[in-house]
Amino acid sequence: MALQSLDIKARSATTTPSPSVRETMEVAKLIDISKCIGCKACQVACMEWNDLRDEVGNNVGVYDNPADLTAKSWTVMRYAEVEVEQNKLEWLIRKDGCMHCADPGCLKACPSPGAIVQYSNGIVDFHQENCIGCGYCITGCPFNVPRISKQDSKAYKCTLCSDRIAVGLEPACVKTCPTGAIVFGAKGDMIHHAEGRVTDLKSRGYTNAGLYDPQGVGGTHVMYVLQHADQPSLYSGLPKDPSISAMVGLWKGVAKPLLSLGIGLTVLAGFFHYIKAGPNEVEEETEK
Amino acid sequence: MQVTRRQFFKVCAGGLGSSSLAMLGFSPNDALAEVRTFKLERANETRNTCPYCSVGCGILMYSLGDKAKNAKSSIIHIEGDPDHPVNRGTLCPKGAGLLDFVHSPNRLKFPEVREAGSKEWKRISWDDAFTRIAKLMKADRDKNFEAKNKDGATVNRWVTTGFLAASASSNESGYLTHKVVRSLGMLAFDNQARV
Repeated sequence: MALQSLDIKARSATTTPSPSVRETMEVAKLIDISKCIGCKACQVACMEWNDLRDEVGNNVGVYDNPADLTAKSWTVMRYAEVEVEQNKLEWLIRKDGCMHCADPGCLKACPSPGAIVQYSNGIVDFHQENCIGCGYCITGCPFNVPRISKQDSKAYKCTLCSDRIAVGLEPACVKTCPTGAIVFGAKGDMIHHAEGRVTDLKSRGYTNAGLYDPQGVGGTHVMYVLQHADQPSLYSGLPKDPSISAMVGLWKGVAKPLLSLGIGLTVLAGFFHYIKAGPNEVEEETEK
Repeated sequence: MQVTRRQFFKVCAGGLGSSSLAMLGFSPNDALAEVRTFKLERANETRNTCPYCSVGCGILMYSLGDKAKNAKSSIIHIEGDPDHPVNRGTLCPKGAGLLDFVHSPNRLKFPEVREAGSKEWKRISWDDAFTRIAKLMKADRDKNFEAKNKDGATVNRWVTTGFLAASASSNESGYLTHKVVRSLGMLAFDNQARV
């Protein structure tokens, strides 16, 4: 077993503890929606770095292209035209993709050991070689991000460019952003940067501006600066208070150990029955 | 193979038992997951300027192989140059997609000519291309150059030919281009300076 370049904090369907001695810096990507011009350089840089070339789709009447996340499009720009006030049209452009939750629903729901891992720096990464293509991660995700590929029946999503961060680089989308709407760094630094942006937006009349770092999923490692933080749903349906589905919590939290215990007890009972009562002898005649 | 009812039950029970044990965690551990290996580890890094618009962003081009005699280089990745004062590492969507522009099957790699009335593009050498351009320019200039206008004022203009220059030129080459074009009297002079 090789030492990982990033320490693993949590691993899907694994109960043994992960190495936790080394303290690595928690990182975060901050997307300032007020600075985004919707040029999609991040989409292009993402595809280029990750060697993905999605099929050329069709225009669906809006700028969203592709219209949704796919196994080969790990980030998409979502363009929302909203009238927050009467006669004041706002074009809210949100870069959608994995939020890298501190408490990841996908990892919790995943039944395949090691298919989803969370690194100690906050990245939630899928390892397709262990993926069984069951799609539980999609059910578990409060942001509807993972997608199963039709090509190989495995789930894919943004890796936060874990291969770049592991060698000390920033993600490809962050690097390319021409307006500086996407920034990357230590999570504390990103929160600090966001505070400055929120103060600026408030002084410009966006009284409800704020940082989107939802605590329902333990905070995220991809955060947004929103002009209207009181109404995240304006931004193409960003959930206001995301949390992991109760079903996932029930199944993985309570039901699974109980059922595992049930199976274990059944095996044990069978064993003792065999020891005590012995095999059920059958007459040669009955067998025939 | 003859399987009795009893043997069949035994096989089923054994299978169920072992798969249950595996589900309970009594199975060998998988190798721990690692991040995708950094693909530029020893790739050759070359500085260049984005060819698209006149902003002239600096780019880093990464190519396969270390330029050893027997290794054929091929560009595998392009990203912004963080040390370049113009873009400081950023690139627009066109610049960010330069890799596919470099490897595009539609990319023009040599001079071609389509003769008047012909439907076919014909490949010619650079020497032939320059000679041809020079000859045609001279013929047109000799025919249409106006030293004076109809009121007798000196104008020294040549309005029947235009010149389109590259957007990624340096200040020096831009200066030289300007001098050459203007000294010929050419007025229609533009630059592909658009994103």
